[in-house]
Amino acid sequence: MAVVKLPTQLRAAAGGDGEVRVEGETVGAVLDALYALHAELRDRIADADGTLRRFVNVYVNGDDIRFGDGLKTPVPAGAEVQILPAVAGG
Amino acid sequence: MAATALKCRECKTEYALEARYVCERCFGPLEVAYSAPDVHDVGELRRKIQGGPQNIWRYADFLPLESGQPGSASRNSTAGGLPAGCTPLIRADRLAERLGLREVWVKNDAANPTHSFKDRVVSVASARAKELGFTTLACASTGNLANAVAAQAAALGLPSYVFIPSNLEEQKILATGVYGTNVVAVKGNYDDVNRLCVELSGEREGWAFVNVNMRPYYAEGSKTLAYEIAEQLGWSTPDRIVAPIASGSLFTKLDKGFEEWREINLISGSRPTFNGAQAVGCNPVAHAFELGRDFCQPVKPDTIAKSLAIGNPADGPYALEVARATNGSIEQVTDDEIRRGIRLLAETTGVFTETAGGTTAATLAKLAEQGAIDPGERVVLVITGDGLKTLDAVRDSFAVHTIEPTYEAFEAEFAGAAV
Repeated sequence: MAVVKLPTQLRAAAGGDGEVRVEGETVGAVLDALYALHAELRDRIADADGTLRRFVNVYVNGDDIRFGDGLKTPVPAGAEVQILPAVAGG
Repeated sequence: MAATALKCRECKTEYALEARYVCERCFGPLEVAYSAPDVHDVGELRRKIQGGPQNIWRYADFLPLESGQPGSASRNSTAGGLPAGCTPLIRADRLAERLGLREVWVKNDAANPTHSFKDRVVSVASARAKELGFTTLACASTGNLANAVAAQAAALGLPSYVFIPSNLEEQKILATGVYGTNVVAVKGNYDDVNRLCVELSGEREGWAFVNVNMRPYYAEGSKTLAYEIAEQLGWSTPDRIVAPIASGSLFTKLDKGFEEWREINLISGSRPTFNGAQAVGCNPVAHAFELGRDFCQPVKPDTIAKSLAIGNPADGPYALEVARATNGSIEQVTDDEIRRGIRLLAETTGVFTETAGGTTAATLAKLAEQGAIDPGERVVLVITGDGLKTLDAVRDSFAVHTIEPTYEAFEAEFAGAAV
């Protein structure tokens, strides 16, 4: 079980929730489980082929998955998977 | 030219001019959109600008505020915030000669109230934040922005929170805390600080994070650097701009500033060639440029150029577009080259810049050495911050002559020196 933390911009598409608990051993599996609960989220953060849009950042326990194995990055039990917009800062 | 909406750069969805920065449909960045400018008489517009205040508000017609310039038009007052801009553009003949070039100018933006270009962006973001009714300012910063937000909040009488990486240079921390802000040193790098601030900005609705939820307005402030350069060059563009890249926002907005003014024929000249400067120890945009990619793979920064140490640059893709569209490039230089860049600029112009400026000066030197610059070009080097902020970079780089307080001791030490 992983805890997915959603940014404010995505909460309306998840029934207002900021946190969603889903099963999955990789980021890709966690996101698929998330899309199964809230289909609209898929269009918002992923392209048609399932790759994440270029302005979406995903972190597993605080680490950007681009430092790991992208969507294949393992998600340990109880891990926090955070989705955030990339266009901040600087 | 009035601001009309926030528009997604990717999918073009429009939103009201509120505190939002990301497109809800595709997560793309939002930018301020303006109505087409209605310019009948270019001379009249130039005179209006020249008759304006000696700060960025002389360009208020091109900035996203509803009520135009804040505060008094004729005198500086804290009611209008800390005045930024109108910094010197210096013709640097000795630097040009050293590099085998003919015409190099240094835009010394360290000559802002808190000694970096960040006063420009914070002026615009905080003025817009006040219009939107925010009562607290905040930011994620590599240091210069922290200085600027803390000082601007002090001038305006607003509480502020500045979030910085805990390993930041001491000078930047001291020059932030003195303004009475809440300094929050986060155990992590800038990208960790930024991630925390993105999360916080979603939870603290009354806070204006200048570079998160106020980012579209904030970024527009960087255009004033281009406007000033063009005005100072006699209403024309330079041939080439050499500027640093951290998030890529300044780099892209410099281009936008020149393009906006070229479009209305307020200035003459072609679109400048853009060269970006990064450190080898934090090179996500330079690396993507080299590989021909249109996206940046994030890196974990390790460089003395801490103000450029953004491993996950938000505007990286757009900085790449600007460099490619203008036949420019994005270069990377080592920490040693950065130290030499600081010395090169100081010794030939009298301008002492921080590590970011050393990176930019070193990039100019590298391009000149490679023969990438036609000697006839008019080049502007954009210096964004003050050397007093990163003193460690020059420590032990020169000798100090310590002597007894006697004439003989001086003569002994400097026997060979000209009288």
